[in-house]
This record gives sequence, structure tokens and C-alpha cells, in this order.
Amino acid sequence: MSKENTDERYYRNQRIIQKVFDLLYVAFRTLLVIGISFIIIYPILQKIAVAFKDKVDIYNPTIYMVPVNYTWENITLAMGILDYFPMLGKTLLFVVIMTLCTVASCALAGYGFARFNFPGNGILFGLVIVTILVPTTTLMLPYYLHFKSFDIFGIVEMITGKPGVNLLNSYWPSIITSATAIGLKAGLFIYIFRQFFKGLPKEIEEASLIDGAGGIQTFFRIMLPNAIPPIITVVLFCFVWQYNDTFYTTLFMNGMELMSLKVATLPSQANQFIPELMGYSPSSGFKADQNHVAMIIDTGILLAILPLLALYLVVQRYFVESIERSGIVG
Amino acid sequence: MKLNKMSLHRKRSMLGFFFIGPWLIGIIFFYMSPLIQSIKFSFSKMQIQSEGYSLLPVGFENFRTALFVDATFNRIITSSVWEMILSVPMILFFSLFSATLLNQKFRGRTLSRAIFFLPVILASNAIASAEQSGLIGLIGSATYLEEMQGATSSYNVTSIVYMLLDIGIPSSFADYIVTAILQIYSIITSSGVQILIFLAALQSVPSSMYEVAKMEGATSYESFWKITFPMVSPLILTNIIYTIIDSFSGSPITNLIYSTAFDTHNYGLSAAMSWIYTLVVTIFLAIVGVVLAKRIHYN
Repeated sequence: MSKENTDERYYRNQRIIQKVFDLLYVAFRTLLVIGISFIIIYPILQKIAVAFKDKVDIYNPTIYMVPVNYTWENITLAMGILDYFPMLGKTLLFVVIMTLCTVASCALAGYGFARFNFPGNGILFGLVIVTILVPTTTLMLPYYLHFKSFDIFGIVEMITGKPGVNLLNSYWPSIITSATAIGLKAGLFIYIFRQFFKGLPKEIEEASLIDGAGGIQTFFRIMLPNAIPPIITVVLFCFVWQYNDTFYTTLFMNGMELMSLKVATLPSQANQFIPELMGYSPSSGFKADQNHVAMIIDTGILLAILPLLALYLVVQRYFVESIERSGIVG
Repeated sequence: MKLNKMSLHRKRSMLGFFFIGPWLIGIIFFYMSPLIQSIKFSFSKMQIQSEGYSLLPVGFENFRTALFVDATFNRIITSSVWEMILSVPMILFFSLFSATLLNQKFRGRTLSRAIFFLPVILASNAIASAEQSGLIGLIGSATYLEEMQGATSSYNVTSIVYMLLDIGIPSSFADYIVTAILQIYSIITSSGVQILIFLAALQSVPSSMYEVAKMEGATSYESFWKITFPMVSPLILTNIIYTIIDSFSGSPITNLIYSTAFDTHNYGLSAAMSWIYTLVVTIFLAIVGVVLAKRIHYN
């Protein structure tokens, strides 16, 4: 046998082995991706299945996921308990206001930290990191007292004679904290903006300064239009986190109609209202079937996450793209 | 000329204060003052009266109560910290793994990315607590629910334990792997943002590096450890910090602090507890930072 022949056979074998390995790897990867995706999606699928399931199907052991008898009853009941559309409107209004305030204040602060050498820049940015790291529970009580009798330098007390204004159970505490870039995870957002503005070339600004634009004009006309990726990132995260937040909402506006608060108290509400909504008087002593209550709760949770899911379907491709360009990675 | 330049410089730095103005107001009035107040509370006994509140300085009394008298605090804080120590490496490993997976080219990549980041949206304490209490209502008691969850999730791990021990893995590490397997759902759902950050880091690695490595004959295993890992290593610290601050919300210790303040009205004790917790977390982060600082590759 000649040398060339063995060489050729050797390479052919190698190629086959390589191909088998590649195939096995692809199969393994596909399996893994599908498995993990299933774990993530399963609860949602289950909730969708439950939402359309009729009460009759609860005790039918042959049913797995896909119901036999379809009904809209669960959804109407859950909507009734949640007072769905008015509450969704209020929640969205609140979340949008909060997001706008947060993005505006954090973008300003991020730009300030990235591009200006004022005295104490380093120390103050250190404080931003502190706000990220200190658990918000530490500030819970002072916050509560602060906004229960809100006052700056005792101005209000001087005018009205009362110790401050009670701002609890209104939008104001949240709006004030987010407009001053102290609200929910604002430190993180400032960090994102700072990293991004640091990465932009200085020449852009210099050119606009030479052309006669002031510092503020430069920011709004030149820097902000360039900062679309971090703005998208911050808007998305801020929106989602505000929508889901229970910490600030329970602290500041426990009595108000917001999605996160309503969903958290849904189980007790469901137990109370289902008999009423089903046409039994409260005095009749009728107790709702717990399995039925659980179905309503699942439907309610589905209704709560539905707006976010819809939003996500539209914007999900910006998620990765914007994070890549937003400069978190540095 | 010099004077003119100075004033321009001054003007520029004053403009900086304009930009950070809102934040500066916020940090002074709505962060530093509550922070100092919270420290003050932790050293005093607070009484709510009809007109505001009064503080009675008691020294370290609250801290002593939290650490030595309170029945649950020690247990909860150790279990919280322990859980944090256990879950951080799991989440890091899983998110780096998923990010590398999602960074490869395959059909349906966009879809699977969308699914992998879904937990970012669905991670909500409100939903979690609603689900929890819904289940409690269904089953009838909270303690029984805990037992049941333990029973249903541990499908049959004994075989895995024996297998791992047979290979010669030390039993403590085998335990760790088994806990990781049992917690896979919570790991997956809490690593959305981390995957996102790692993925962004992976995409910023220049592809020419991999090309060179391939030409030099490196296997993909080698190029992962020699190129990918060092390049994303700065983000490991970011992700650890993110994971830890993410675990603040909705952890048992946070709930304890909340209920101590607002249910039993022991404000001083609550403030002391939260400061002890802050201290523990800071020490933990400092240790992680020091350990990682030398190993991280900055380019």
C-alpha cells in the first residue's frame, strides 16, 4: 500500500468521526435548548390551559393541560375580581410616568458623571454604587416616615403650621424618588448610561461646541439621539421592574389600585368575591371550591402578565441588540 | 488668557453639576438623610406618637436583641446568606452556559433567545406570592405545602447520588450538584438578566481571535477556556453583584425586616436587623471582589 493511500483513508476516517461528533453535538444542543425552553414556558402554557378550562373538567383525571369543555367564565370572573381594564389603565399610566421620569433623570446623571470633571466626581459616583449595593429594606422605615410627613427644610410647616404633607397613597413618593434618580434600581440605570456616554467619542461634543452649541443644547441635540441603545435598555427594564415591583408600591401606596398589589392579594380576594360574583349572597355561607379558586387565581396571574407578554413579543429583539450596544459590557 | 481658560473650565464643571442636579437633590434628601435616619433608629428605641415620633437612645441594645434574643433572626440570616452562597455559582454557571449556547448559530436561535429572556419579565414577587397562597388555599396548610413541594420535586435523586459517589466525587460536592438539579427551575428563572449580560459580552469578543486560534489548531474546548472565558471574566463580578442585589427582594430576611417594622412595630430592631444584613452582604461582596480581582483579565 502506498503512503498516499493510507493518508487518504486516515483523513476520510477523521472526517467521518468529526461529522458524527458534530451531529451528536447538534442533537444534544437541540435537546438542551428545547428542554430549558419547556421549563420556562410550561407554567405559562399551563395557565393558558387553565384559563379556558370549565369547572366540570377539574375532577376529570383524564385531562392533561388541554381542556375538554371550554369556557370564558374564568376570565370574566378574574377580570371582575381584578377590576381589570380600569386598573390596567391606572397601572400603565403610573408605570409610564415612572419610566419617563427615571430615564430622564438617570440619563442626565449618567452624562454628568461620564463627561464632566467637577470636583468630587469620583466620590459622588461611588455613592451611586452605594445606592446599588445597600438593600432597600434598610431605608424602608425612614422612607415611610419621610413621605408620611413630607417637608423640605420645614417650608410646609412654616406655611400651614402642620408637620408636612402626607404623600402616602398617592403617586407622588414614587414620582419624586424616580425624578431624582433614587427610585427602583436607578443606580444601575445611571451606571448603564455612564458607561455608554464614556464610550462615545469626545470629538462629537467638541464639534458641536465649536459650532456654537451650549452644553445643554449639545446634550439634547447630539448626545441623546446617539444614546438610543441604552435608552431602550433602560426603558424596557424600568418598565418591567416597575410593573412587577411590590416593594415601593406596598410601602408607599398600599391602598391604591395597581397590578402588582392586586395580584399579590388576589387569592384572598378570590375567596371573598367568587361566591358573590357567582350569584350567592354573602350570608348564604357558600364557600367556593378551592380548586375553582385556584383556577381563577391562575387566570388572574395570566391576565396580569399578559400586557407584559404582548409588549415583549413586540420588543424582544431589541433586548439583546440594545444591551450589546449599551455599554454594560464596557 | 489663562484666566479665560480657567473660567471656561469652571463653567464646564458647573455644567456637570447641572446634569447631575436631580440626582444630587435625590441623594441628599431622599437617600443620605433616610440612610442616616436609619442608622439613628438602629441605636434607639422608637415610639410613634400622635405628633410624629420620639427616639430614646439605647446604644447597641437593638443589635444585641437581633443577634442573641430574637428567636428567628439568626436562623433566617444564616439560611439567607447560605442560600446566596449556594445559588450564586449555580446561576453564574447556568447563565454562562446558556449564553454560550445561545451565541452559537442554529435554527430557531431568535426564538430560543426570546424564550430564555422571558423570566426577566415574569420574575415578579407579586405573582410568586399569589401562586404560593393560591397553592396554600388549595392544599389547606402552609407546612403541608412545603412538604409536598419537597416531595414532588425530589423525583428520585438517590440514584444520581450513588452514581456521583461511585465516580469518586466527594459527598459534599455531590450534595451540591443534587441541590442544583432540584432547584433547576428557580435557577433558570432567576438568571435571565445574567444570560443577557453574558451574551452581550460574548458578542463583543472579536471573531478574529477565534479564527487565529482555529488556525493554530486549538480545539473549541481550548478556545473556550483560553479566549472566551478570559474575555467575559470582567462580567462575572458584575453578574455576581447583580445576582446578589436581585436576591434582596422577596428573600425571607427582607420579609422578616418588613414584618418586624410594620406588624410588630419594633422599628429600632428592624433597622438594626437590616444593618446587620447590609454588613453581611458587604463583607461577602468584598471577599468575592478581592478573590476575583486578581483572576479577572482586563483588556
